Formats: sequence, C-alpha cells, structure tokens
Amino acid sequence: MHSYGTLLILLIIALGIAGLLHTLGTVLGPKARNPLKDQPFECGQIAKRPLRQRISVKFYVVALLFILFDMEVVFLYPWAVVFKDLGWLGFWSMITFTSVLVLGLVYVWKKGALDWE
Amino acid sequence: MEAYTPYLWDLGRIAFMFAICLGLAGPLTWAERRQSAMIQDRIGPNRAALTLFGREIRAFGLFHPIADVIKLITKEDTINIHADRFLYNVAPFIALFPALMTFAVVPFGPDITVGGEVHRLQVARMDAGILVVFAISSIAVFGVTLAGYASASKFALLGGLRASAQMISYEVTMGLSVLGLVLIFGTLEPSAMVVAQGELIGGWLPRWGVFVQPLSFIIFFTAAIAENKRIPFDMAEGESEIVGYFVEYSGMKFGMFFMAEYIEITVVAGLLTTLFFGGWQVPYLMDGVEFVNAAGTTIVGTGFHFPWGGQLYTGEWVGAGLRVGAFLFKLIFLCWLQLMLRWTLPRFRYDQVMTLGWRRLLPLSLANLVLTAAVVLLI
Repeated sequence: MHSYGTLLILLIIALGIAGLLHTLGTVLGPKARNPLKDQPFECGQIAKRPLRQRISVKFYVVALLFILFDMEVVFLYPWAVVFKDLGWLGFWSMITFTSVLVLGLVYVWKKGALDWE
Repeated sequence: MEAYTPYLWDLGRIAFMFAICLGLAGPLTWAERRQSAMIQDRIGPNRAALTLFGREIRAFGLFHPIADVIKLITKEDTINIHADRFLYNVAPFIALFPALMTFAVVPFGPDITVGGEVHRLQVARMDAGILVVFAISSIAVFGVTLAGYASASKFALLGGLRASAQMISYEVTMGLSVLGLVLIFGTLEPSAMVVAQGELIGGWLPRWGVFVQPLSFIIFFTAAIAENKRIPFDMAEGESEIVGYFVEYSGMKFGMFFMAEYIEITVVAGLLTTLFFGGWQVPYLMDGVEFVNAAGTTIVGTGFHFPWGGQLYTGEWVGAGLRVGAFLFKLIFLCWLQLMLRWTLPRFRYDQVMTLGWRRLLPLSLANLVLTAAVVLLI
C-alpha cells in the first residue's frame, strides 16, 4: 500500500497553513516605515562595512563533504533493506564500498578539511 | 457518499496529526518558559488572562501561547532596504511547511477494523517511509540558509551559514544511525518497524530499538537535536551573541521560524518513539494470543500476557485505546526530555560541534553499522 496521494493532500494543506500565517502576518499590523527602521540590525549603529561579506571557504568544503557522504548513505539504504537475503556476499561488497569512503574520510581528516580551530 | 469515504478517513488522519503537532507546539512553548522559570527561580509567564463573568482567569499562564500568536500576527512586518525581498519573504515559508509534513509517516496507533474495513492510524504509509522523512526534513535547510542570506545583515548571514553547515553535517550521521535498525527489522516502513518491536527478547524484554541498538539511539538523538539547532547545538542562534538567521524578521514571519522549531521538537519525539521506543506498543500487550476465561473456554484476542504468568484480556478496542495512549505518553515524555536538555546543558563552541559531528559521531555510526551487520548475519 502506498499513500503518496495522502502525502499530496497533506502537502497542499501544509502549504495552505504556512501561506495563511504568512499572509496574515503581512496584511495585518501597522505599516509605519522610517529610514532608520529600514536599516539592517547592527547593534544600534549605522552599518559601515559591506553587508554581504565573503564567506569562509570551510563552509563550501563541508557542503562538498556532505554531498559525498550523503550519497553513501543513500546507497546503503536499499542494501540494508535486502541485507538478510544477500548474506555474506552482500556484507563483503558493502565493506569494500564503505572502506573506500572511510579512506576518503581519513584523507580529508589528515588534510585538515575538518579543522575548525 | 461512498466514493468520498477514503478521503474523509485521510482528512481525519491529517486532522489528528495536526492536532498532535500543532496542538503540542503551543503548550511546549508554555512548558519551556514555565519550566525554565522554575529552574532559574523566577515566576515565569503568568500575565495573560481571560476575563469571564467579571473574574480574571490566569491558569498559570496557559493563555500565553494564544496571546503570543495574536501579538505576532498583529505586529509590523519590517523588511530592511538592502534585503532581497522575494527570498526574504519565501524563507519562513520554506522553513515551516516541511516541519508540518514530516510527522506524516509516524504511526500513532495500530490498524483498526471498522465495519469490516482495515484502517491505518498513520497519515501516509510508504515502503520508503524513513527516506521520505529525510527527504522532506532536509528542505528546511533551504529556509534557514535563504533567511540568513536574504536578510542582508552580518549576524543573519553568520547564523544562516552556521546553521546550514551544522544541519547538513549532522544529516549524514542521522541517516547512518538509523541504518542499524533497518538491518535488524529489514524494512524502511515505520509502522512495520513498530510491529516488529512488539516481539519479546528472551520472553521478557521488549524488542524496542533502544534495547537492540542503544548506541544508534544516542547518535540519532544527538544528531536530531543538532538538526533542530537547539541547545547545546544552538550556535546558529546563540541568543546572547549573534541572535541568528532570523535577526531581521519581525512579527509572524519570525513566528513561523519559531513555530517550525517547536513542531520539529514534536517530530523528533515522534521519530524517536517510533524507531527506538516501540511506537504505539505497550509492553506485553499482544494481538492474537489465547486467553482462558472464567468459564474455562479459550478465546483468541488482544490482551496482556505477562512474563510472570499473569494474563488480562482487554479486547481490540480497549487495546487500541491503550496503545494510542502509550504513544502519546512516550511522545510527550520525549518532548519534555528535549526541554530538560535545553535548560541543563551549556552551549558548545562551533569547532566542537563540527568535531563531534565529523570526527566522533560519523566514524562511530559507521562502526556501529558494520558491527550490527556482522552480528545480524551471525545470529
């Protein structure tokens, strides 16, 4: 039994609730703009430096690592479901697959990609 | 009318689900504020009052969640001139709606038979259940990242970046930690997992996830709290320093981020209950077992069969009621546990969070997976 149809109904209702709250928040309430209120939050001072700053490269590295390892997890899921039927052959195949990724983890670890200190 | 009946059941289930996750979100904010006040020796929220027939009812501040929503909706919706208007407006929307959907795969009771038809007490039942949870919940990362980026504020950008890096780091660990359970139960479908957890090990210990995979439970719980960005993993907000990705938001748009967080507490509790605490299972309450009644005849049905020899027949309906009750009890207990954690632990530093995620929990969950696989094959 698959209830993707129910999930679709739920999606529409969830979008409706979120949309309703969003619209109410926008429509109701006072509209009293002034130049100071339109400034971004800066602890009570006028911002001097550019607001969109450069981003540390570490965040990009984490995103790359995430894609790699999340892929691994996605491959492991179907394996885990039929694991009992595959037996030891399936076990050793997945050990091989996982050890390649563990090697990768050891490599990025040694390279310092996980250093945040 | 006949043709619409399945849809009515669907709507009923969805309504029940929203009653749980939206209905708990309000009281949870109240419980969190009230409990923190008790811990810090303050009085806490007690001002919101309802005047009925000239008498003022305060009810220990229980009206505060309602008052909060009314206040948030009627506040001014500000937007700073440097912000990207479209992304800024769409971010709270993307943060909230996945949170409302993830509870769908959590079963809140056993299948019941009404008028010869079997009905599930679960909004959506799919073979890929757990994967659907991860698929939907990872959409929430976009809401947080976009909020931080589109606000055009240094603090929001910093908070958004920290939040997104932390969320994706712990998502890997979270996915890996569940795999041990999938190996043992051989399914990805939450309600099938709950049914499998009804068995007993050695005749007395329920085969709950927390007993067969204790390490996996600890890893999953830690990762789930990090995913929800709550203390001790609240670097994304750090209320005393950078305020976080929603610093530029006001009124209900801020409220939507806030709501998403509290709904996610319920979702995390629901997932923990389903995966590790036997879902709606009550220990020793079993289906299709034999009972000898007072007259000496044997009947087959639902009831308690205690390991020390006692037995108690309950029947299908009382049994189902007890099970839904047990589910709600476990759910609320795990919600409370998360609130307790927040008010007892200090905050980590950011490098500690990343080290814990990538260098401790990830290798640990991989080791747990390989070990579980070997043990499952050997037994």
